Amino acid sequence: MDELVSAGAPEFLADSGAPGGPGAAVATARGLRRMAGVVPFGVYMALGLGAPLVAVAIGAFQSPNGGFTLGNVRIATHGEYLHGFAQSIELSVVAAVVPGILGLLIAYSIWTAKRGSILRQVAITASGVFANFGGVPLAFLFIATLGSSGLATRWLTDLGFNPYQHGFSLYSLSGVVVVYMYFQIPLMVLVILPALEGLRPAWREAAANMGARTWQYWRHVGGPVLMPSFLGCVLLLFGSSLSAYATAQAMTSGTIALTPIQIGTFLNGNVVAGQQNVGKALGLGMVIIIAIAMGIYVVLQRRSARWLQ
Amino acid sequence: MTAAKKEGQLNVITLPANWANYGTIMKDFTAKYGIKINDANPDGTSQDEINAVNQLKGQSRAPDVLDIGNSFAVKADAQGILAPYRVASWSDIPASAKASDGTYYADYGGYVAIGYNSAKVTTPPTSFADLLKPAYKNEVAINGNPTQAGAAFAAVYAAALANGGSFSNIAPGVAYFKKLHQVGNFVPVTGSAATMESGQTPILIWWDYLLASEAGPGVPGLKIVIPSDGHYAAYYDQAISKTAPDPAAARLWEEYLYTTTGQNLWLEGKARPIELPTLLSSSTVNETAYKALPAAPSTTLTFPTQAQQAAAAVIVSAQWPGV
Amino acid sequence: MAAVDTIAAGEPGAAGTAHGRARPRSGRRDGFTPWRWLILILAGAYFLIPLYAALRFAGWGSFGSVIHQSGFAGSLGLSVRLAVITTVITLALMLPTAVYVHLRLPRLRRLLEGITILPIVIPPIVLIVGLLQVAPGFLKGTPYLLALEYVVLAMPFAYRSIDAGLRSFDLKTLVEASNSLGAGWASTLRRVVLPNLTTALLSATVLTVALVLGEYTMASLDLYQTFPVWIVVFDQTSGPISVAASLLALFVTWLVLLAITMLGGRQARRTGGGEVALFSVARRDTGRTS
Repeated sequence: MDELVSAGAPEFLADSGAPGGPGAAVATARGLRRMAGVVPFGVYMALGLGAPLVAVAIGAFQSPNGGFTLGNVRIATHGEYLHGFAQSIELSVVAAVVPGILGLLIAYSIWTAKRGSILRQVAITASGVFANFGGVPLAFLFIATLGSSGLATRWLTDLGFNPYQHGFSLYSLSGVVVVYMYFQIPLMVLVILPALEGLRPAWREAAANMGARTWQYWRHVGGPVLMPSFLGCVLLLFGSSLSAYATAQAMTSGTIALTPIQIGTFLNGNVVAGQQNVGKALGLGMVIIIAIAMGIYVVLQRRSARWLQ
Repeated sequence: MTAAKKEGQLNVITLPANWANYGTIMKDFTAKYGIKINDANPDGTSQDEINAVNQLKGQSRAPDVLDIGNSFAVKADAQGILAPYRVASWSDIPASAKASDGTYYADYGGYVAIGYNSAKVTTPPTSFADLLKPAYKNEVAINGNPTQAGAAFAAVYAAALANGGSFSNIAPGVAYFKKLHQVGNFVPVTGSAATMESGQTPILIWWDYLLASEAGPGVPGLKIVIPSDGHYAAYYDQAISKTAPDPAAARLWEEYLYTTTGQNLWLEGKARPIELPTLLSSSTVNETAYKALPAAPSTTLTFPTQAQQAAAAVIVSAQWPGV
Repeated sequence: MAAVDTIAAGEPGAAGTAHGRARPRSGRRDGFTPWRWLILILAGAYFLIPLYAALRFAGWGSFGSVIHQSGFAGSLGLSVRLAVITTVITLALMLPTAVYVHLRLPRLRRLLEGITILPIVIPPIVLIVGLLQVAPGFLKGTPYLLALEYVVLAMPFAYRSIDAGLRSFDLKTLVEASNSLGAGWASTLRRVVLPNLTTALLSATVLTVALVLGEYTMASLDLYQTFPVWIVVFDQTSGPISVAASLLALFVTWLVLLAITMLGGRQARRTGGGEVALFSVARRDTGRTS
């Protein structure tokens, strides 16, 4: 399903590289003109995303009186802050893969329902709402449900199984993952649904008629088609979980070292004064982490393409 | 005053309506002088206030006056963004509670207190040591993250004082909360009026005036007690922004706050206004409001210095994750 | 599509099958159905029980007091205006860019994916601090600066949706075919590309609107009272009221989104792209529109 190499296609569709020789000048001009289509996007991103990021990146290396310093970076990469990065990454990987798979299953269940049914409309809109729900209200919801005196906890205890006596705590990393799923799963559902459209029903039909079992269909047809989009969506979930701030803060009050909370301490707190640039250094660290995640994602894409072929 | 009326508006920031009775104070000010008050970002922090002054400089909606934590007032002064101003009752403010050049001055404050819902908590706790008892399993919370929230930071400081620490040694406070967490009494969520009402955190360690004004209405059985083993008080500071869009209104506001009316309104918000000793000695204090305050442990107030607070903040930032 | 729905949904002999060869060899007639309902029920429980717990705490009476608080209508209106502006700009920016890159600059797709992941990973607080440092004065004075920055926040989701949608059909061949049949670019876009992207565009719109109606950090630091900011103000007032306010926010956002999807469904019907709701498949695909 990936980009078709159009050999001999009409000129306006060809992606001719940069040939040498006499056509070179014309090709470059054509190349530049082709870039024109993405200029509005590029400019917008440069202003709305690039400029603030550059401001933050510069700030990461500034001392409080404006001079250059590596001190902020040194603080940001040691002790509790290094631990914070490690735990944030650990949390985000789990909170990306698990909701990714669950979200895919739920999306598939919705998609195979009867077309035009209320179920689909309700599910899509509900997903949109929940995907952006978080912070203090979400924490409250879950404390009221799974806290030590929560509704579900009491139901489970009545059934004979008290999760708190078996090592579960809503305020641990695993508890935070359970809460994160509340917005990660709907996010996954929403971004993977358009990709499910790419599974032609005719293929399923054809596979069935050739005697393929369900898992064979998925292994040879469904999987390869969905995998690029699936990986991309999981990457999205990873980023979303990495930067989630208000929910983790409300639930743990800083008792678990997580980078966004630590950034908040410097940039937005009532206690530590005058160290904003360390916060910016931590922010820069997060950008680097996601760049690395992107790299892993690219490698995974290529590997999976080969593996599923 | 005429100049203030001509400006017609006052931009305040981070003043929730039921924080130390600010709702009534703002209403009263507008009724008296006809100046409209724009209250931005009521849930914000002291850092937000400084950011707003810097980032909205030159805009008509930049903040005029600040109600800000002490260490932030010092920082703001160092940045040069505060305008000096001495209110009429300047001499009634203790020397230790104001900047000598008039850039910031204490307004009100309170003690760290233990608030509990007597309907749910049958054995009343009276001290930090009490809270470690098994009777309070899964019940105790503080108001936020001590590396960020002033009230939570104060709670840790108070716990430190109760456990052999001092203004320059906050580590015992962190160790106390670690122990509280280990025995299962500590709930790491951000405690608030809502969590007390819903029974999720029947015991909350917070400023005494906020327990009274914010948790009081919703928790009928609320009792507030200042812990017997750790007394920690802190005062917020008032300041006027140097680049205030409505400077005359700002000065009028400050004058108003430091009149007997203003100070008594804070008292009605269960906070201790800085000029309380003067109010008492000149009998202009609102007796009922004063009696409603929990008994103060001592009349002399001591605060940690800037340097002690900064050092404590560093220790808490390093040690709190893992509590 | 109907034939396969028959197989997948385990309803033998369902109406709408144009031909009669929909009989699989293995017994997969009941294949997915029981699983589907189990998954949906578990998901429903996970999402609805916490809401119920909160509702029990807030009590029905609190909802009335929330609506009557001052600022409800004003902040909601502001948020809706911001949502509209953000969505229009986001779609106008991302759709042509995504189509263009798919067609002409496939090598840029990796780079684009990288850029679009950034806004999600940067905590909003970092973005707004940086933005307020570099933004020009005249923009800082209006709330529409927020709308402009929300476009950046919404961009990852919009791009991901549109990109997934573009991958789901053979864009190049369709465009080629349309052009060789004599259609101009505008026509091609309108009659060939867009109907195939209905789900993706709806998905992107839903995500963008929900994002704007739920974004708190940047709006509060920019000192504007959007709907989510207004809700937090009542966090202080009383527990039940603040919980009722958040539940109300969820419900209001959901209604707005429902309205959008219903409109989208009707639109799809009018352009003939498919039947009622959101999952219209281009007619070209199976030759059937059921």
